[in-house]
Amino acid sequence: MIHLSIKQTQEGLRNKEFTATELTQAYLDRIEQTDHKLNAFVTVTPEIALEQAKKIDEKADFSGILTGIPMNLKDVVCTDGIKTTASSKMLENFVPPYNAHLYDRLLDAGVILLGKTNTDEFTMGSSSENSYFGTSRNPWNLDYVPGGSSGGPAASVAGDQSVFSIGTDTGGSIRQPASLCSIVGLKVTYGRIPRHGCIPYASSFDTSGPMTKTVEDAALVLQAMAGQSEKDATTVDVPVPDYSQYLKTDLTGVKLGLPKEYFTEGVDKEVSDAVMQGVEVLKKLGAEITEVSLPLTKYAIPTYYMLVKSEGSSNMSRYDGVKYGHASDQAKELEEIYLKSRSEGFGDEVKRTIMIGTYALSAGYYDAFYLKAAKVRALMKREFDEVFKSCDALITPTSPILPFKIGEKVDDPLSMYMADILTTPVNLAGICGMSVPAGFSSNGLPIGMQIIANQFEEGKLFHVGHAFETATTWGSKKPQF
Amino acid sequence: MLTKDDVKKIADLAKLQLSEAEIEKFLPQLQQILDNAKMLEEVDTEGVEPIAQITGVENMVYGDSVETENLAPLLLAQSPQPIERNMIKVSNIL
Repeated sequence: MIHLSIKQTQEGLRNKEFTATELTQAYLDRIEQTDHKLNAFVTVTPEIALEQAKKIDEKADFSGILTGIPMNLKDVVCTDGIKTTASSKMLENFVPPYNAHLYDRLLDAGVILLGKTNTDEFTMGSSSENSYFGTSRNPWNLDYVPGGSSGGPAASVAGDQSVFSIGTDTGGSIRQPASLCSIVGLKVTYGRIPRHGCIPYASSFDTSGPMTKTVEDAALVLQAMAGQSEKDATTVDVPVPDYSQYLKTDLTGVKLGLPKEYFTEGVDKEVSDAVMQGVEVLKKLGAEITEVSLPLTKYAIPTYYMLVKSEGSSNMSRYDGVKYGHASDQAKELEEIYLKSRSEGFGDEVKRTIMIGTYALSAGYYDAFYLKAAKVRALMKREFDEVFKSCDALITPTSPILPFKIGEKVDDPLSMYMADILTTPVNLAGICGMSVPAGFSSNGLPIGMQIIANQFEEGKLFHVGHAFETATTWGSKKPQF
Repeated sequence: MLTKDDVKKIADLAKLQLSEAEIEKFLPQLQQILDNAKMLEEVDTEGVEPIAQITGVENMVYGDSVETENLAPLLLAQSPQPIERNMIKVSNIL
């Protein structure tokens, strides 16, 4: 029963093929048997999961949108009474006193929480190697990274340790690991899902979203979480449609753009070949394909990290050894508490973020770095607006490269940043994107295809994605590990 | 060019204490990242307004309603520092 999608699991529960308790126990057993290989989980919550399952079985009402579905949350989503570490020494023992609003919405929809999953520290990274709790591993080949920062969520779903997971995406952190692990990962429009209670990296970029086995599942999970929230003033008063109406298999009349800059040098040939084969599939389903151009794409990475590192350095200033989190026991004076607690509590990438951001925001450099990047961001947004006048959605590779080996890029931060070149533009423009499985390399590593649509057009992603996954078999393949 | 002293100064501003080994490691990495960002100079941004709120939301106003939930004691309990009379007690500033 652990290989099933949300839809299939719900049928099993409604038809009494298994109980929520049996299902939950099966997932807990799977985690127990496999997590020494994947290291996807930071915390497993068997007591809570079994108690939630028992209540659901007693009620025996499986009509809710996600009733009885065992899942996990990336360990930056706050959970009342359950450790939430951001995979950092700084928050190693942090137990939040409230739930993230999105988790409350999921609980209302009936989910069962199996635990909290691994991430690059404070979501800063593209491989999950920056976790204080060690790297997660790719179920398709344990010597390779699962991507990041939502590496734990991706590995846990691909490895059948959960039906789905909630990741976060600031510059590709849902889509890139989804691509590297051959699952579906949805980055929603900025403000579509409340950020309340999600530990921030860069507040004008951060989004949370579903990581699932199918596109249909992603639509269900979004349905449960989307909408304006009184706890997040950046959520928007845009109606939430019934996403199931978009799950169609015919693409007649749908206009898809191929941005030529997303298929140039620097993109692995095996990746672009697989995506172009995917485009042929979309054509056969009735889509009209046109080439489009987004010339500012080559500036996406510096624009992105100048802004994100600036916002990140500002967000990290809350960790001071006073209010919560790690405090050095070597400090006497207040200044020492700040210096030592932060220096002991943060890992390398967080320190780099703080340093770059502090530099970019400092007097004398602010105009040249931060402000310049904020202007280029405005131009990139305009460029997408222009393209969406003639296209319903865009098709691109998700990651320019195949999964890489653990350790390969760990001392080369710029090369690690470049892994996000095809995903960061979506965050810069605040639009939505989804990675779907689109093939495998000659050595059996997953390749993802990214579908991009304008703000609040998640329905279009589901339409194209569902049609594609119905016409292909990539998403139903399972890793052996 | 970034120097070791620059790195030390930035660290100081950011309330980080870096070891010599960390400075040696971070200096070339930060230099490379900042050099890469210089390519933004090529983009003509004359007359362009910078953007930070990407969906165009301006002020959000909520009803003036009383919340009965009191998180204060729970939040205070998070502090690694001693608590006295509902306040966090910190060490000497000087």
